[in-house]
Amino acid sequence: MSSQTQQAGGAAPTTASAPAPRRRRRGGRARWTGWLFVAPALLVYAVFVLRPMVVSVQYSLYDWDGVGASTYVGLKNYSRLFTDSVLSHSILNAFKLIVFFSAVPVLLGLLIATSIRAIAASRLAVVARTVLFLPQVIPLVAAGIVWSWLLSSTGFVNQVLGWVGLGGVTRAWLGDFTFALPAVGVIGAWVLLGLCTLLLLAGMTKIDPSLYEAARLDGAGAVREFVSITLPALRQEIGVCVTVTVIAALASFDIIYISTQGGPGNSSMVPGLEIFYLAFTERQVGQASALGVALMLLVLACVLPVQWLTKERDE
Amino acid sequence: MIVQRREALVGRVLLVLLMVITVLPFVSLVVTALHEPGTYPEGISWPDSPHWGNFADAFEAAHMGTLLLSSLLIVAGVVPASLLLGTMAGYAFGHLRMPGHRAVFLLFVLGLTLPFEGILTPLYYQVRDMGLLNTRWAIILPLIGLFMPFSVLWMRAHFVNVPQELSEAASVDGANLWQQFWRIQVPLAVPALSSLGLLLFLWTWNQFLLAIVLVDDPTKRTMAGALGAFQGQYGTDIPLLCAGSVLILAPTLAVFLLFQRQFVTALLQGSVKG
Repeated sequence: MSSQTQQAGGAAPTTASAPAPRRRRRGGRARWTGWLFVAPALLVYAVFVLRPMVVSVQYSLYDWDGVGASTYVGLKNYSRLFTDSVLSHSILNAFKLIVFFSAVPVLLGLLIATSIRAIAASRLAVVARTVLFLPQVIPLVAAGIVWSWLLSSTGFVNQVLGWVGLGGVTRAWLGDFTFALPAVGVIGAWVLLGLCTLLLLAGMTKIDPSLYEAARLDGAGAVREFVSITLPALRQEIGVCVTVTVIAALASFDIIYISTQGGPGNSSMVPGLEIFYLAFTERQVGQASALGVALMLLVLACVLPVQWLTKERDE
Repeated sequence: MIVQRREALVGRVLLVLLMVITVLPFVSLVVTALHEPGTYPEGISWPDSPHWGNFADAFEAAHMGTLLLSSLLIVAGVVPASLLLGTMAGYAFGHLRMPGHRAVFLLFVLGLTLPFEGILTPLYYQVRDMGLLNTRWAIILPLIGLFMPFSVLWMRAHFVNVPQELSEAASVDGANLWQQFWRIQVPLAVPALSSLGLLLFLWTWNQFLLAIVLVDDPTKRTMAGALGAFQGQYGTDIPLLCAGSVLILAPTLAVFLLFQRQFVTALLQGSVKG
C-alpha cells in the first residue's frame, strides 16, 4: 500500500482497497488470461519459498543429521523448544530484544518527531532526512563491525564514560554476561531509530495544523496536545514502526553473528543464530527446522495483532 | 510567538543530537582506519601520522574488484527478474482481477513477514540437490522468490489505481492483453518500478545470511557476505578491518547520496508496505 492510498500495509492488507468500477464481463477465456501473468511469479515463489516452508515442517518431525538415515520423532523437537534451556533461552532473548529494537526506537522516535514537528520544513530537517537514513542503507554487518569497535574495552563508548567521570563502569560490553544482550539491543536501536523517527514525522506532517491551533486556543499543554491529537492520528504509522521493528528483533541475525556470535556463553543467543548453528555446525537438521517453524509462527503471532489494532478503520 | 520559537530551538538541538549519534560510528570507522595497522587505537582519536595506505592494503586483501563484480552480477540476476515477474503478477492482481485471484494474492501476502531463517535449513538442502551450492545462482534464485511477495504487493498497489477505462479503450482499438501490458501499463508504471528497483538493489547488495550459508567462496558473494568473511580474516587488525569496511560501504553510500531523494521516498513507502 503506498502512502498515497492511505491505508495500513504489511501483513494484512485489505484487498478491498480503492474499489474499482465494476468492469464489463470479458469473454470467458480472457477472464482467465490473468493467471498466465501470475504463473511465473508464483512458480519461483512456490519453488523457493512455499516448498521450503512445507519441507521445514516435514523436517521438524524427524531426527536427521543431514547425511544418514532419519528417524521420525513426532513433536519431540517442538517440546524441546520449551525444555531445552539453550533453545528456550534464545526465544526469551528475542523477546528481550523487542524492548530495544521496538520500544526504544518507537518511543524515542515519537518524542523526537514531536519535538521537530515545528521545523519539519526547515533546511536542517531536509538534511536530516538523508543523514538519519544512513543506518538503513548500510549492511547490518557493517553496523555490527562498527559498533563492536565502539563498544570494545578501549572503544569510544568507554572513552565517553571516562570523560563524564563514569570510568568505573567501563567494560568490554559485548563480552559481558550481563550486558552483551543489551549492548546488541543498543546496536539495533541505533539502526532503527532514524527510520522510525522519519516515518512518524511523515505521519505528523499530514495532520491538519488547525487541530493544533484549536487545541492551543483551548489552553491545552504540549502533553495534552500529544495525547489527544498526535497519537490518535499516528495510529497507522506507529503500527508500521512496531511491525517493522518487531520483525527485525525476532529475525535478528547479522548484527549478533558479527558482534557476539551469541556469546559469552549463550547470553546473547537468538533463534536466528541458533537455527544457523543447529543446522550447519551441530547437524541437528530436525531441531533447526522446528525452531525455524516456531520462529515463523512467532513473527505472525506478534505482527497480526499489531496490524489488526492499527488498521485504518473504514469509516 | 515565544512558545513556538523555543519549541523550534529544542527541536533543532534534538535533531542535531540525533544526527551526531547517527554519524559518529561512521566517523569512528574512518578515523580508526587511518591508524597504524595492528594497533589498538583508543576510542576516536586522530592518528599522529595517518596511514592512507591502509585503504590500498585493504583493497588488495578484500579483493575489492572481484567483489564489486560479483555483487553486480547478483544484483543483475535478482533485480530485473523480480521487477518483471512482480509487475506481471501485480498487473493481474490489481487490474485484471481474474476469478480466484484473492486467495492466491493472500498466499503472497503470507510470505511478507517471513523471517529468512525459517526456511534456511530446507533451502540449503534444496539448493544442494539442484547442484547450485557455491554458485551465484544459490543467492539469486532464492532471493527472487523471497522478494516476490513484496514486489507483487508493491506493483499491485500501483495497478489498483490505474483506471479501467485505459484497458477498455485499448481493447476497443484491438490490442490484446499482452500488447496492452507492454505498451500502455508498463510505461505508466515506471515511477513505481524504479522505486522498487532501488529497494531490491539495496536488499540484494546487503543480503548476508543466504550468502554465508549457500556460498563458501567470499568472491562469489554479495558485498555484505564478503564483509563478514573479511571480518573473520582480519578481525584482529582493527585499522585494516575498518579500512576494508569503509571500502565495502563506499559504493552503497555513493549510490545512496546520488539518489538520496528517491531512496528516502522509497524507503519510507517501502516500510509502510513491508
